[in-house]
Amino acid sequence: MELTFFIAAAVAVLATIMVVTQYNLIHALLYLVVSFLAISVVFFTLGAPFMAALEIIIYAGAIVVLIIFVIMMLNLTQEDIQHEKEWLKPRIWIGPAVLSMILLVELVYIVTADTPDTYRSTPVEAQAVGMSLFGPYVLGVQLSGMLLMAGIVGAYHLGRQKKKVIHRFLERTDA
Amino acid sequence: MEESTSHYLLIIGGVLFALLNVAAGLIWVERRMLALWQDRYGPNRAGPFGLFIVLADTLKLFFKEDWIPPLADKVVFVIAPAIVLVTVLLGFVVVPFAPGIVVADLNIGILFFLAMSSMGAYSIILGGWASNNKYSLLGAMRGAAQMISYEVFMGLAMMGVVLLTGTFNLSTIVEAQRDLWFFIPQILGFVIFFIAGVAETHRLPFDIPESESELVAGFHSEYSGMKFGMFFIGEYLGITLISCMVVTLYFGGWLGPGFLPPLFWFAIKVFAFISLFILLRASLPRPRYDQLMEYGWKILLPLSLVNLLVTAAIVLMQNES
Repeated sequence: MELTFFIAAAVAVLATIMVVTQYNLIHALLYLVVSFLAISVVFFTLGAPFMAALEIIIYAGAIVVLIIFVIMMLNLTQEDIQHEKEWLKPRIWIGPAVLSMILLVELVYIVTADTPDTYRSTPVEAQAVGMSLFGPYVLGVQLSGMLLMAGIVGAYHLGRQKKKVIHRFLERTDA
Repeated sequence: MEESTSHYLLIIGGVLFALLNVAAGLIWVERRMLALWQDRYGPNRAGPFGLFIVLADTLKLFFKEDWIPPLADKVVFVIAPAIVLVTVLLGFVVVPFAPGIVVADLNIGILFFLAMSSMGAYSIILGGWASNNKYSLLGAMRGAAQMISYEVFMGLAMMGVVLLTGTFNLSTIVEAQRDLWFFIPQILGFVIFFIAGVAETHRLPFDIPESESELVAGFHSEYSGMKFGMFFIGEYLGITLISCMVVTLYFGGWLGPGFLPPLFWFAIKVFAFISLFILLRASLPRPRYDQLMEYGWKILLPLSLVNLLVTAAIVLMQNES
């Protein structure tokens, strides 16, 4: 189990790096899907099968599909890839790289200092997740529900169309 | 340990062998049955009952020129048909064919199935996008929207069964149907799940991503040879998977009178639903794209929510008394 965890974690890190460094947007999103799948395996090995399944269904299966959906309509060409190459100069890598190096050092310190028992936990069943979501954390569930409702109302408002006249001869110009 | 490993390998090999043969055999079954319902003979020349059409079709697919359009995104173009086959085959991992004959009896079986069917959407989207063709792109966009929307109702319809049994484990769900098959208390859930299943496998009447009369085969216009063959086989495997899930969730899985072994009961029920899929194709016209979306979001979504609400209320009342 430990070995699977480390392999999946390494895949996740590599895939996420590829997401940032790819010039072709669709390829970058494909690496994002791989990264989500790897993270789902990490969840599974850590004893959270419910979260692992939700990670795939929601993130890899719905959200990234929607992003790809939008990018497909943009009709990206070789020119756009060239633009992307010009924008991503090595110079702008330095800042984020230094900051994430600090995080990496911290992470290595935590992993080596702590007892290795941290990643050997008991599996959490779906029922337990539901009990805690609708028990102590019910406020969070309700708040996210409200947020989603606001999103739906907003999407409806943006997508609403004026009533279309079927035929142009029936169209009234004075109204 | 040694024995259980070989046991598992046997199950995996057996399931894979059976599934791939069923998918190939369905080529013949579908043509013969369509012919039956349309008052003609169908393929009946090569071999007994025309069975060798399967062989001829497979050989044709293998030896056809495998052409990649020069303007296509080559890597994605090659990966896309593999995704559909891999995800559908992975979906079969959680299906309990008979007591003890299941590849992985996961506690999150239903969720795993949903995850795999949502990953299957990528094959259409990527295949259509990578082809670099207007019709393929249109097909891919339709496919993406259709599969994402119908996945929602599919999941919600299944939750009725989950409420009644209190588990995501498919073997437990089958065991819970010993007294009463769930299609009686969950008739609405069953109908919604089946409709969503037809949309999810993009079969007629919901084959809007490929609709050959308007989009020239849609997302797989540019595919030929075995790459097209993988979409083709993936579709038949998808039909089989949805039929398996319907049988497992609503029609008592392997349960049945004792004079036949459980595996036979499962196979008979699954075959009945595969025939229903083919009958649908033979008899129903294709709706317009906006009609499909409206039907989904304005009728199926409220109905599946009502189904969930009523089921939850009844379960609560039974627990109280």
